[in-house]
Amino acid sequence: MALRGAIVVDTEKCKGCSVCLVNCPTNTIALAKEVNSKGYNYAYMANPESCTGCSNCATVCPDTCITVYRVKV
Amino acid sequence: MDVKDIIKPENKVYSKTSVLTDNVMHYCPGCSHGTVHKLIAEVIDEMGIQDKTIGISPVGCSVFAYNYLDIDWQQAAHGRAPALATATARLFPDKYVFTYQGDGDLASIGTAEIMHACNRGENIVVIFINNAIYGMTGGQMAPTTLMGMKTATSPYGRCEELHGKPLKITELISQLEGTCYVTRQSVQSAAAARKTKRAIRKAFENCSQKKGTSFVEVVSACNSGWKLSPVKANEWMVENMFPNYPLGDLKDR
Repeated sequence: MALRGAIVVDTEKCKGCSVCLVNCPTNTIALAKEVNSKGYNYAYMANPESCTGCSNCATVCPDTCITVYRVKV
Repeated sequence: MDVKDIIKPENKVYSKTSVLTDNVMHYCPGCSHGTVHKLIAEVIDEMGIQDKTIGISPVGCSVFAYNYLDIDWQQAAHGRAPALATATARLFPDKYVFTYQGDGDLASIGTAEIMHACNRGENIVVIFINNAIYGMTGGQMAPTTLMGMKTATSPYGRCEELHGKPLKITELISQLEGTCYVTRQSVQSAAAARKTKRAIRKAFENCSQKKGTSFVEVVSACNSGWKLSPVKANEWMVENMFPNYPLGDLKDR
């Protein structure tokens, strides 16, 4: 049984601090080339198929802008 | 399986707690304050004590904590949060009272208040954010600044002759009779944040059991004050702060 996950980032709240990136064990997250209205390169799911929904990113996110979903497949 | 099939309400495993408001935090990107706010909010949510918790916010960056946690708040004069918490906890003995203070607030201007509140064993929780610098005012030297560390007011680094050695306030407080739980944690990684959350939960549970003062230090990064990126600041903290401020429980009874 494998776990598949997905994250939804509140791109307007994200400040692009990259703390989620370094805490992601599967290198799922990257910073987008685009910026939000404040000029921050927000985090997004760059490799959606590698996400396991471990919620490490959301736990360390200082701005609590990540929601995590997980399913067993 | 497509991402759209995973993102469904029944698959949600982590989302923002309702105790946190929707306001965008004014903190710098990657600031530890945001993470600690969130952990406190989650503990309050899990314990179901939102309408029974009163926070005392300090002077410092976290002075605006009342904008982010949807609970009752008081805002104290610089360093005087433990005095205000004493009054609040004595007037409302069935409430959960906690102070949220930085190192400039707690270890410098408020040293007398925190020492005596802890010595009296007031039934409060103290959350102490130690980032070794005065963040809000522009990165001046604090009592907890490390030896040799460059700040706005110690441009050649902290030296023992001129400034003395870093104040280990948590070690001092652990020796006081009134404290029941003294611990030092951090929030730079998911594992550390989860441990900190458990420590905060324990502190609030001690409050309900009227065991005395619970003191939770969180070794934090001030990336703006340290002039580093958020990720580099966390690495610097692990490398330099942890040897001086070792993590773990100092007292638990």
